Amino acid sequence: MAIVKLKINGKAYESDVDPEMPLLWYLREEIELVGTKYGCGIAQCGACTVHMNGTAVRSCVLPVSSADGAEITTIEGLSEKGDHPLQKAWDELDVPQCGYCQAGQIMTAASLLKDNPKPSLEDIELAMGNNICRCGTYHRIREAVKLAAEKMN
Amino acid sequence: MAHSRRNFLKAFSTVSGGLIIGFDWAANKAFASEVIKTEAAALNFNAFLSIASDGIVSITSPNPEIGQGIKTAFPVIVAEELDVDWANVKVLQADLSPAFDRQLTGGSGAIKHSWERLRKAGATARQMLIEAAANKWQVEARTCETSKGWVSHSSGKKLSYGELAEAASKLAPPTEVTLKPVDSFKLIGGFIKGVDNPSVLTGKPLYGIDLKKEGMYLAQLIRPTAFGMKLKSFDASEAEKMPGITQVVAVGNRVAVLGKSTWQIMQARKKINIEWEKDGNLESSSDHDKLFKEYLDDTSKAQLQRKDGDVEKAFKEAAKIVEAEYQCPFLPHSPMEPMNFYADVRADSVVLAGPTQTPGRARASVSKLTGIPEDKITVELTKMGGGFGRRLDDGYAIEAAEISKATGKPVKLIWTREDDMTGGYYRPAVRYRFKAALDKAGNITGYYSKGVGINTGNPMRQDNFPAGAIENLLIESYDHKSTITTGPWRAPITNFLAYAEQSFLDEVAKTAGKDPIKMRLELIDKVVKNPVGKITYEPERFRVVMQTAADKAGWGKKKGVYQGFSVYFSHNSYVAQIAEMEKKKGQPVLTKVYAVTDCGIVINQSGAQNQIYGAITDGLSHAMYGKLTFKNGEPLEKNYDTYRVIKMPEVPQVEAHFIDNGIDPTGLGEPALPPLGGAVANAIAATTGKRLYSQPFNMADDKVESYL
Ligand code: FES
Ligand code: FES
Repeated sequence: MAIVKLKINGKAYESDVDPEMPLLWYLREEIELVGTKYGCGIAQCGACTVHMNGTAVRSCVLPVSSADGAEITTIEGLSEKGDHPLQKAWDELDVPQCGYCQAGQIMTAASLLKDNPKPSLEDIELAMGNNICRCGTYHRIREAVKLAAEKMN
Repeated sequence: MAHSRRNFLKAFSTVSGGLIIGFDWAANKAFASEVIKTEAAALNFNAFLSIASDGIVSITSPNPEIGQGIKTAFPVIVAEELDVDWANVKVLQADLSPAFDRQLTGGSGAIKHSWERLRKAGATARQMLIEAAANKWQVEARTCETSKGWVSHSSGKKLSYGELAEAASKLAPPTEVTLKPVDSFKLIGGFIKGVDNPSVLTGKPLYGIDLKKEGMYLAQLIRPTAFGMKLKSFDASEAEKMPGITQVVAVGNRVAVLGKSTWQIMQARKKINIEWEKDGNLESSSDHDKLFKEYLDDTSKAQLQRKDGDVEKAFKEAAKIVEAEYQCPFLPHSPMEPMNFYADVRADSVVLAGPTQTPGRARASVSKLTGIPEDKITVELTKMGGGFGRRLDDGYAIEAAEISKATGKPVKLIWTREDDMTGGYYRPAVRYRFKAALDKAGNITGYYSKGVGINTGNPMRQDNFPAGAIENLLIESYDHKSTITTGPWRAPITNFLAYAEQSFLDEVAKTAGKDPIKMRLELIDKVVKNPVGKITYEPERFRVVMQTAADKAGWGKKKGVYQGFSVYFSHNSYVAQIAEMEKKKGQPVLTKVYAVTDCGIVINQSGAQNQIYGAITDGLSHAMYGKLTFKNGEPLEKNYDTYRVIKMPEVPQVEAHFIDNGIDPTGLGEPALPPLGGAVANAIAATTGKRLYSQPFNMADDKVESYL
């Protein structure tokens, strides 16, 4: 066990936990932010994507100790009122089917738009190309990222 | 989050004074409606529509939502007939309750069953509101109109539904109601967003895996490493000492690990020494390959499914015979949210909660397991992170109850992804043989098919097209009993049979020297004029989707575009698809899929399109990559690193069209999946000349991967 200090969605946390525990389980079970999802646990699906210091990371393989001192943003902290341009675009185009993968999709897209506010179709496919949506919402995700980019510019 | 039954009834009483209609939402029995004044009366009905004095309309949805959009589509139908502003409609998820007769989701059947009942429920309430207004104004009801939650009179008087709700609730419900003419729908057929979007997009706890209850323990189960093995003994002494681990117990054939954190349980699992022993056949995919061929050749291993005319004679007299075999592997469902369930088995009651398509079945099974009567068992329904048929099973709910019973603790069982992929209930592996006899003019005079499956039941759909169009036809099957467990998978059977049949018909057309669509249309003509035997489909609706697809895609008219056609009828809907490939720098690329669907009236354009995109993506993913391989009973693909699922850069464009024919709506969760494999295989054959006889395509031909 070790003391780990994290800043999650602007709030400071200090916990005595197994330093090897992946950030995903810390978020879901220690501090009960369950918007970040478990899909595979081996960095293959993207359901667990969060931001660490502004960059998209897969929290299922990130030991919580590696996030010590970092700023973490989860879907719950992406915007205060659920009105991030991506969240709005996702709703406007009615992207979700079961919805389970969508937090990971949105967090991946948010990181893309931060680095590249005017992504081309190829940029979008490259950035989003490793997030699995088992329901097959890819067509609308592609459009929603484009729409959000337009909204932001 | 689902409302508990108590909350549900509380919600009910806060609108007392408003108008509440109980109606039969999903069952087959006749429609019933009346104004409900007491909670006891409310329990006799199947769903609720209530109008509060502020005009907010609440609709309780009893059916589980798995991503197919039912929680949005059903209330839309009610709201249409009620004539209310959609923005003022609130949708609530019900738990399993004796108030509802048939709380299940599956088989793309819900809309078909409920269409008229939902409309009548809305129309009944609307009529009562009109009557209340007419009474107040001392005018005739027929001189009043409604619009967006208001009743108005030609004199200019207006009252809102909220203002009228109390008076309306005191009226006797009409015995007869007039439904809106289909062509006057305002809400139905529009682009309506999912009612859960706001919660989904902000990460609210919704799913079973998110559920947390007071005093709850987490649990995982270690199952036998292979089908055909069982538990012999285990040693958990090291694991039990690990931090966060509460208990390790044998539960039937499995070992349960209880603790306070998922991560700690995952670690402890690795430290438990388990000995398994053989309990049945340990089968490998290579054994199945051999069995398939043996059974296809063995005439004694055949169960007759359909026989028309004299097939033997037809083949004897044939000018040409076309023959082909197609094989498909086992598939896991792999919904993004792995299986999980909460159970608290107490001395004389049980609390269950979690993602299930069949809550009633879970309750019945847990009642059997515990000996606790069903009325002492509650089931809370959570949203589901996908299902694809997987959550029709009650196995994981029973497991949760078994662990709770064995440990005396409230537990939430969570399967890891590996547990999920290796846990059984698979789409069965099947191999089909097809044979067609052609006369000199290229007409099909005889048709034979036999399917051999592993725990498949009947892998044929013997009364579906092309049955009915062919004079001499013989369809048979054989089922091999295996230790590997199987279950329904999105569009059961047809998810693979359609590919095999539609690929075969393409080959027949080629041999006959006919255009594949024209040949199918000729067959449809025959069915219309002179159907042979029993058929399950309407030939005219088949014709329309085929012709429309040909028109929309410009069949045979595009330069440099190679097209593959496929059409299928399932779950009462008709879908024709045309896949298009182009050569880019000499390299074939799958660019587009056209889908023309006749599911009758489209309730929600957005939801309907989502189902088409989703089914095509799902169909392509599994036709291309999906394969679960067995070695001595052990599934080799255990997670998404080896079990490949399609990703965004690989999906072609999709153009979804719907036939606007005003016919009562039918299913949409499944029907667009079956035709996809055939359309793509036929497009690949058109582009490269190579036919693909087994799925996944990328293993039948490694070049295929580069086509996406
Ligand atoms: S759960 Fe982290 S990538 Fe799948
Ligand atoms: S919406 Fe269901 S997995 Fe993406």
